[in-house]
Amino acid sequence: MLNKLEKQIIRELQTDIPLVPEPYRLIAEKLGISEQELMDIITKMIDRGIIRRFGAALRHQDLGFVANAMVVWEVPEAKISEVGQKMAEFKEVTHCYQRPSRPGWPYTLFTVVHGLNKDECREKAQVIAGATGIHKYELIFSTKELKKSSMKYFID
Amino acid sequence: MQLDRIDKQILELIQTNFPVVSKPYKLIAEKVGLEEAEVINRIKKMRQAGIIRRLGGLFDSRKMGYVGTLCAMKVPPQDIEKVAGIIAEYPGITHNYLRDHEYNMWFTLLAESEQKIELILNDILSRTGITQILNLPSQKVFKVRVKFDL
Repeated sequence: MLNKLEKQIIRELQTDIPLVPEPYRLIAEKLGISEQELMDIITKMIDRGIIRRFGAALRHQDLGFVANAMVVWEVPEAKISEVGQKMAEFKEVTHCYQRPSRPGWPYTLFTVVHGLNKDECREKAQVIAGATGIHKYELIFSTKELKKSSMKYFID
Repeated sequence: MQLDRIDKQILELIQTNFPVVSKPYKLIAEKVGLEEAEVINRIKKMRQAGIIRRLGGLFDSRKMGYVGTLCAMKVPPQDIEKVAGIIAEYPGITHNYLRDHEYNMWFTLLAESEQKIELILNDILSRTGITQILNLPSQKVFKVRVKFDL
């Protein structure tokens, strides 16, 4: 799926792009390839969607998005596709996934809803409930971040 | 750290499409009307202040052959610290949060295969003594948005 060189490049790009005038030249020299070759491979990986986003990952607490809630919704199997798409259209919803229900756990759609504070998240969830007709849901707020790190691929 | 209009312009430019050209900072500098060195300096400051968590690639783990899941556990309050410490040891667990719910600890796990996921989860259960866990792999993604309007 990925060749050795691509994996090496991923290892470099999963840390930080160097803050020097010619960052690609620096990485390319380290890998023993030309700058152009490196840029071509990166562009291809972006086109293939292997690189989902290339740039600055921001800590959004600092940008005014101080609250977010995981909202879990009990959506009947037959309606998941329609409701999932509808929920995804809300700009306050940054993530929307279908997940399996489990014994004692009826929720099948998971969204992350952002707001300026918890009440705004609650209000937004109510609006989404009204728009989709899904009224069985729970807001689950995080109370503490225990670990947050970037995934490191191909490290062994 | 207070961001000014130009900082925000720079962030907007480098959030999703960091230029893949020989001199990316020079290109950004031309767009915002600054010197290249000043752009590098501003990005450095935002990186140091933690506003930029990382400047690099965000990868599609599935397209690279990785599988992922979201797990929720019921952890007794007195065991939270111990369990969090064990969880933190696994490199494939990138996020772990306490949440206000009877399932109070939620983490994401990425690994090279389903079997590896099973192995890690079994390992966690046997090491922590936790018995109640939900393994909730995503079946369909309707939206993942990583870009924020500034």
